[in-house]
Amino acid sequence: MGGSEVVLLDFWPSMFGMRVRIALAEKGIEYEYKEQDLGNKSPLLLEMNPIHKKIPVLIHKGKPISESCIIVQYIDETWNDKSPLMPSDPSVRAQARFWADYVDKKVYETSKKIWTLKGEEHENAKKEFIEILKVLEGQIGEKPYFMGESFGYADIALVTFYCWFYTFETLGNFSIEKECPKLIAWAKRCMQRESVSKTLPDSKKIYDFFIEMKTKLGHVDMRHVLKVESFGSFEGDVFLEPCQLVRIRY
Amino acid sequence: MADEVKLYGFRGSPYGCRVEIALNLKGIEYEFIQEDLSDKSADLIKYNPVHKKIPVLMHNGKPISESLVVVEYIDDVWKGVPILPRDAHEKARARFWAKFIDDKCIPAVFKALGSHGQEQAVAEAQEQLQFLENELKGNKFFGGDNINLVDISATYLAYWLGGAEEAIGIKVLTKDKFPKLTEWCENFVNCQTVKDTLIPREILVAFYKKRFGKA
Repeated sequence: MGGSEVVLLDFWPSMFGMRVRIALAEKGIEYEYKEQDLGNKSPLLLEMNPIHKKIPVLIHKGKPISESCIIVQYIDETWNDKSPLMPSDPSVRAQARFWADYVDKKVYETSKKIWTLKGEEHENAKKEFIEILKVLEGQIGEKPYFMGESFGYADIALVTFYCWFYTFETLGNFSIEKECPKLIAWAKRCMQRESVSKTLPDSKKIYDFFIEMKTKLGHVDMRHVLKVESFGSFEGDVFLEPCQLVRIRY
Repeated sequence: MADEVKLYGFRGSPYGCRVEIALNLKGIEYEFIQEDLSDKSADLIKYNPVHKKIPVLMHNGKPISESLVVVEYIDDVWKGVPILPRDAHEKARARFWAKFIDDKCIPAVFKALGSHGQEQAVAEAQEQLQFLENELKGNKFFGGDNINLVDISATYLAYWLGGAEEAIGIKVLTKDKFPKLTEWCENFVNCQTVKDTLIPREILVAFYKKRFGKA
C-alpha cells in the first residue's frame, strides 16, 4: 500500500461517508480519498472491513476504523489539538452521543421506507419521517447548533442528510422546509462552514444519482420515458414505480 | 458535595444491567428506582421524553439515556477501573464491537428465538455469534483479563439468551460451535460486578416461557 498516513474508503453520495469527510476537513487533515465501487467491492475494502464490508472505512497508519460515528469520534480523539467536535462537559457529550444515536437509529431507515413502500405505507413513512425531523428540530430549538454555540458531533451526524432532502421531498411530494423551517435554517447555517459546503454534493446531483441507481436496479424502464427533467415544480409528476418519481414531458 | 446517582430501571432488563455493571465497576453508590413498564412514571417520561424507556441515569439531576451512552458517560465521569480502552484505536474497536452486538448480533438472536428455532434464523444468528467467537481470541474477556465495554454490551448473550433457550427448548449458542463464547458466558456471569445485577434464573426462564408461549 502507498505511503498515505490517512486513507478514506468511501462512496461519494453516502451520507455516512460525508460525516467522516466533514470531520477530516474540520481538523484540516490531509488524506487520500479512495472511491469504492460498491457493486464490485475492492480487496482492500473487504480486508479492512470484513464484518460489514461497508464504507466508510478510515485507515490510519495501516489500521482500519469502521462505522461513521465511531470514525468521527476517533478523528476527534486522535487529532485533539484543534477544532474539538465533542463537547467538553461529559453530560453534554452524552447528549451529543444520544442525538447522533437517534439520527442513526431513525433517520436513514425511515427515509428508506419513503422510497421503498407504496400507498398507505408510503404516506405513513412520510409522516414518521417528518415527526423524526420535528423531534430533531425541537432539540436544536433556538440554539445555533445541536449542543449550543459550537458545531460538532451531533450536527455532523445529521447534516449529511441535508443533500438528500431534495430526493426525499421529490419522492414523497412534500416540502421539508415547510414542515421544519428551523431545521432547514440550521442546515443552511451548517452549510456556511466550508467543511460542510465543500463536502456535501449538490442536491440535484444526489437526485440524479438516485434515479440512475434505481434504473440500474430495474425499478423503472427508462425506455418508456421520452424525457426526464430533474428540475422544476411538482406538477405533472408521475409515480412509475412505488419508489421512484420522474417528471415526464411528452 | 456527594454525587446523587439514581437509576430508573427494570429488574430483569439486560439494558439496565449494562448500566448497573458499569456503576459497580466504578464502585458508585446509587438509588435504583424500579419502573412499572406497563405504567411508566411521570419522572421516566420527563427524563426520557424521546424514547420513554429505561434505563435512565440521573446524575446530580441530569438525565442520560440509552444504555451504551450511559456506560460511556459513567466511564467519562468516574475514574478508577476503565471501561473503555485508553488507546484511540482500541477504543474505536471496542465501540465497533459494542455497536455490532446491538445492531446485528442481538437482533439476529431475537429473530432466532422469536421463530422458535427456525433453521434459517438460527443459522443467521450463529453467523453473527461466530464473529464474536473469533474476536475473543483466546482471552478470558473481550477486554482481555478484565471486562470492558464489549463484555458489558454482550450481557444479554451471557445470561438472558440461556434463559430464553431453556424456556423455548432450543439452542443457538451451542458449546460445540462456540466453545470460547460459552466459557466467556460462564466467566462473565461470575464476575463480582455482574453477579448481583442478575435476576434468579428460574424467574428469567418463567418470564420467557410466558413470553414465548411455552408455559
